[in-house]
Amino acid sequence: MLDFMPQIPVAEWINRTVSKTKEKFEFIFDPIKEDFGKFVETTADWLSQVPPLIVILIVAIIAFFVSGKKFGLAVFSIVGLWFIYNQGLWEELMYTFTLVLFASLISILIGIPAGIWMSKSKWAQTIITPILDFMQTMPAFVYLIPAVVFFGIGMVPGIFASVVFATPPVVRFTNLGIRQVSDELVEASDAFGTTGSQKLFKVELPMARKTIMAGVNQTVMLALSMVVIASMIGAPGLGDKVLTALQRSQEGPGFVAGFGIVILAIIIDRVSQNLNKG
Amino acid sequence: MSVIKVKNLSKIFGKKTKEAQSLLDKGFKKEEILEKTGCTVGVNRASFEVEEGEVFVIMGLSGSGKSTLVRLLNRLIDPTEGDVEVGGENLAKVGKETLRKVRREKMSMVFQKFALFPFRTVLENAEFGLEIQGIKKEERAKKAKEALELVGLGSFIQQHPNQLSGGMQQRVGLARALANDPEVLLMDEAFSALDPLIRKDMQDELLDLQQTMKKTIIFITHDLDEALRIGDRIALMKDGSIVQIGTPEEILVSPADDYVERFVEDVDRSKVLTASHIMKRPETVDIEKHGPRVAIERIREQGLSSIYVVDRSRQLKGYVTADDVKKARENEEKDLHSILRTDMPTAELESPIHEIFEIIHDAPVPVAVVEDGKLKGIIVRGAVIAALANGNGVTENA
Ligand SMILES: Nc1ncnc2c1ncn2[C@@H]1O[C@H](COP(=O)(O)OP(=O)(O)OP(=O)(O)O)[C@@H](O)[C@H]1O
Ligand SMILES: [Mg+2]
Repeated sequence: MLDFMPQIPVAEWINRTVSKTKEKFEFIFDPIKEDFGKFVETTADWLSQVPPLIVILIVAIIAFFVSGKKFGLAVFSIVGLWFIYNQGLWEELMYTFTLVLFASLISILIGIPAGIWMSKSKWAQTIITPILDFMQTMPAFVYLIPAVVFFGIGMVPGIFASVVFATPPVVRFTNLGIRQVSDELVEASDAFGTTGSQKLFKVELPMARKTIMAGVNQTVMLALSMVVIASMIGAPGLGDKVLTALQRSQEGPGFVAGFGIVILAIIIDRVSQNLNKG
Repeated sequence: MSVIKVKNLSKIFGKKTKEAQSLLDKGFKKEEILEKTGCTVGVNRASFEVEEGEVFVIMGLSGSGKSTLVRLLNRLIDPTEGDVEVGGENLAKVGKETLRKVRREKMSMVFQKFALFPFRTVLENAEFGLEIQGIKKEERAKKAKEALELVGLGSFIQQHPNQLSGGMQQRVGLARALANDPEVLLMDEAFSALDPLIRKDMQDELLDLQQTMKKTIIFITHDLDEALRIGDRIALMKDGSIVQIGTPEEILVSPADDYVERFVEDVDRSKVLTASHIMKRPETVDIEKHGPRVAIERIREQGLSSIYVVDRSRQLKGYVTADDVKKARENEEKDLHSILRTDMPTAELESPIHEIFEIIHDAPVPVAVVEDGKLKGIIVRGAVIAALANGNGVTENA
């Protein structure tokens, strides 16, 4: 009874759409793959070339000041980063950091304006909300497929997949933060004759700052959590080490690389949370 | 000259405003319209004019449409119908650009819950309006500081609003509004969130400031005492309509209908009723033409124990007692000069009756109400007590 019609060829449609998109937008994808790819690689290489001691010191100083001149986070950063260096994973750490950095920056650059737009227009909210739901519930692995089709393998498709996966929180929180600004303050702003953008920059965004930063924090964490998955399409770094260890059943190196990711996650998380408090 | 002219201004909240409007025109009540159309009548064909330099109070119970009305004046809420003329411009019809200009330069607003920006310092809050106008940093800081000095916050400029008490926060709100040097101040229950004592202080301070600023102020309140204290004129609202506009006296002494009367009932009348409301016409003798004979006639006729003495132009000279007059008559004196007493209690026309109550207490004769030395009336103890006890009978005595 249920077989009243043959299987709907959804998978085929998507195949066709994806390859059509690739053909049509090759002129965009290719330069991204080439130029942006080169830029990311250069950044990662450059970071790997900075003497580790200097990187560790800079991170420790940032941690110290950001956490209100307390030593806890700074000491943790020094020990944690030294451990990664000691395990011979420094270069991998720099690659992973680069990937997270670019993915987060792009997510934020897309996410905040999208969130603002959503908060200003009911129509935008109606359209964007289900898209965000879709992006967040779809298993992250699935994004790897179009990423490879569009950008081949390496850092760029890794960043692409991370962006898709990590953008929703910053969009949602920006929208929420702006919508939560009290009516009275919005009225006060209007009553003094603000234009739309004056209201946005002088009242709404400052009022929503904490909420938006909470979204940014989540976005960064999600980008970091994509590191291992992204390594499946050839993104180098700590995730790649984990993946290799998995394929060869080497629990020792697997865990060590895993620790590296955890250490990086904790440092990024605490620093960004403390930034939000200040 | 009127600064604000409001004509037939209405606001109906909801979807079927056309339908609600026609029901309103047919004379249906607010609740009936809500039931039939789901629309709420916020303001119902309000018309009034506000003069330059006037403190115009809009008063009414919760939900009567005060906030809606004041927001129609700077179009934070778009009117359903009607006109709002400010400085010759009909705000109900102007474009966005003009509206912004008016909001920036002509009208500022003070809010019930202060609506200060928590991430800005006191100074930055006060600068807000000027910043929006694009005024340079030094100049706006200077003007904002002046405004803060004016409200007594000169030494708090680097604090954040949450470090200040409620009264101080509202001073910041006031300074923020004044820094723009607007012609019109809109104050929506600006003092309602404050403690009673601080509230009194703020009212006094506003009145003090008003002495020098001479702004046109639209002041919203649900508190009649506050309205009477600060209003030059008061508009009373009920269910979105203005039911009476008048001076504090007019509202109190001749309430337009039951609603106003009930509103007015529980005011402390002693604060607003003045000597002129409770005085009565005095019996007098003229020192230049009358002697003890006439005086004793009049005293007997009216059953008095004393009588006031004036001259030809009704300047108050003093009073004579019945006993003295009798003696003067026996001594065959010709005039009243020798027995004239001058220790009478006096009051001005505007003296509030609680002041009169204090002086009448152990006075030998009724209080003389004078204007420029002329006797205008007298007040007997009974009238003061009656007026303090309740409003009834006051107007009959006047
Ligand atoms: N945005 C809105 N949508 C629908 N109805 C509204 C809206 N704003 C106000 N109203 C209704 O309009 C009427 C007048 O409200 P308004 O806030 O002007 O009263 P108010 O006199 O200021 O009362 P309060 O003393 O409680 O502040 C009320 O019946 C209220 O429910
Ligand atoms: Mg109100």
